Amino acid sequence: MNHLKPINRKAARVERATEPDVVALQRTGLPQLPHFPIGCSLVFSPGWEADRAGGTAGLCQPVERDLFDCHIGCYWPAQVPDQLNHAPDWTSKCAAAQKDWRKIDLIFP
Amino acid sequence: MTVWAAREHHRFEAAGKPFVYLVPSAAIFEIDETADAVLRALRERPRSREDLAGGVGVDAALAELLRVQAIGERDAPAAKTPKIIPLAPFPLTTMVLNVTNQCNLSCEYCYEYGEDKIVDTENGKQPKFMSEQTARDSVDFMLKESGTNPVAHVTFFGGETLLNFPVLQQTIVYARQRAAELGKQVDFSLTTNGTLLKPEVIEFLAENRVGVTISIDGPKEVQDKFRVFHNGTGSYDVVAPKIKELLKRHTSRPIGARVTLTSGKMDVKRIYKHLTEEIGFWEVGFAPVTTAPNRGHALSDRGYDEMLEQFRDLAYEFLEASVDNRHHGFSNVKETLAELHKGVSKAFPCGAGLGLLGVATDGDVALCHRFAGSDAHKLGTVRDGIDRDAQRAFLESHHIADKTDCSTCWARPLCSGGCYHEAHTRYGDTQRPNLHYCDWIRGWTDVCLTIYGELAVRNPAFLAQFDDERAKEPVS
Repeated sequence: MNHLKPINRKAARVERATEPDVVALQRTGLPQLPHFPIGCSLVFSPGWEADRAGGTAGLCQPVERDLFDCHIGCYWPAQVPDQLNHAPDWTSKCAAAQKDWRKIDLIFP
Repeated sequence: MTVWAAREHHRFEAAGKPFVYLVPSAAIFEIDETADAVLRALRERPRSREDLAGGVGVDAALAELLRVQAIGERDAPAAKTPKIIPLAPFPLTTMVLNVTNQCNLSCEYCYEYGEDKIVDTENGKQPKFMSEQTARDSVDFMLKESGTNPVAHVTFFGGETLLNFPVLQQTIVYARQRAAELGKQVDFSLTTNGTLLKPEVIEFLAENRVGVTISIDGPKEVQDKFRVFHNGTGSYDVVAPKIKELLKRHTSRPIGARVTLTSGKMDVKRIYKHLTEEIGFWEVGFAPVTTAPNRGHALSDRGYDEMLEQFRDLAYEFLEASVDNRHHGFSNVKETLAELHKGVSKAFPCGAGLGLLGVATDGDVALCHRFAGSDAHKLGTVRDGIDRDAQRAFLESHHIADKTDCSTCWARPLCSGGCYHEAHTRYGDTQRPNLHYCDWIRGWTDVCLTIYGELAVRNPAFLAQFDDERAKEPVS
């Protein structure tokens, strides 16, 4: 940020939490809203295709984000192991999905 | 067309620069001229982008202000304060043990014995002194309720705490032993009027690293006005030499003074100078007397204004010392700076009933030490544990989301309605926000924000001390 400088620790947290996502198609003119493409069929939003202002940043989700969104944040029957009963430690080596997704174990039914 | 409006915030200036304190997030940002101008225009009235002069700089400033929620769309519904009750069992951090409800002084303004008392300590059901068994039960209760916390804090309180010195000694020995068995540590502190600080007591406190807070009001004529023995004689001449002796011997922990401010001639700076320079205290904290408004010693509105002016003077003294990395012992400002640094935004004014509980002489557990022994504010007993239903009901009914008077106040992240005991004494109801000192709270918060901003610009390294320190206030 160029016009605001975080001073206390909460301000630094606010800044981190509102870090804009990578936006493929920049909108110009209006101030840019924080953009969190976490679309899902549970909410009737354009979701996966475009955000409410027509942005397409939500397209081409990285596979790891897609994976976590579906099997944790949503009931949608994702093609992932049953982490509640069968494979509780499935993601134990995956602290940050974006970085560690290669460490996710293969699980055989 | 989107129309932008300012959201809740408090603008202040420090070191010649503008800052904003955002509500309810409690984030503090330094803002540049452009952002300041945009915010000023939006404070006047909501405006569309066309209504705001300026070019791309204004666009960017708008975007950043929006990002941190300093502004928002005028037509967007106002965000409701989420009402989240902490999960039970919430670990107990501090247990205040009222080892006696008797006192050898008769301070006229005392909330425990004066006209505003809640509990009958003369003919009530509680024993006058806590037994060794109850103290042991309390320690077991504390260690159990502290959950996975590695350190538990025990504060001894009264009455005059040292009237029950034998039980205090035994409790420390027992707590150390029990904690060691459980792989925990216990930290001890106490509050005393200083009259019973005999050499062997001082020796014990020093050896056991017991934190000591002394209740004292200042130089002789100030101290002796209210802090008197039962026969009416002042206590200054008795306590001053004993406190000096304590300060000489007990150097393992900083020792603080805790001053009660009353109506009449108030001279915060002089009291501070006397207690630090002449007596030798490391820190001094001040608090206005808790009392019903009609008492002679109650602070009037004018009294609160006067206190604010004097606090401001002393706070600026603190600032200048801190800029030069010199110690200054005005603890009120330090406590508030610690909270501002973290950006605390409170759902409850204090930890009472949550991480802090008070224990009466009979082992009844109460909201805090000020309510110890009151059946109406009982949250269980040390033998049977915390009454979770009562605790939950209390938290449900005292959340900031339900204090409608506070909903438009920019100081609510820090104040959250203020002390339950003060509200109970003032209005007979712990749920009421303390509306009699709102102006004082806002004024004091503004002073502390200014000090914080000045330090952030002039000596940012000073603020790093607040990074890990938990905000722990002396019990008063």
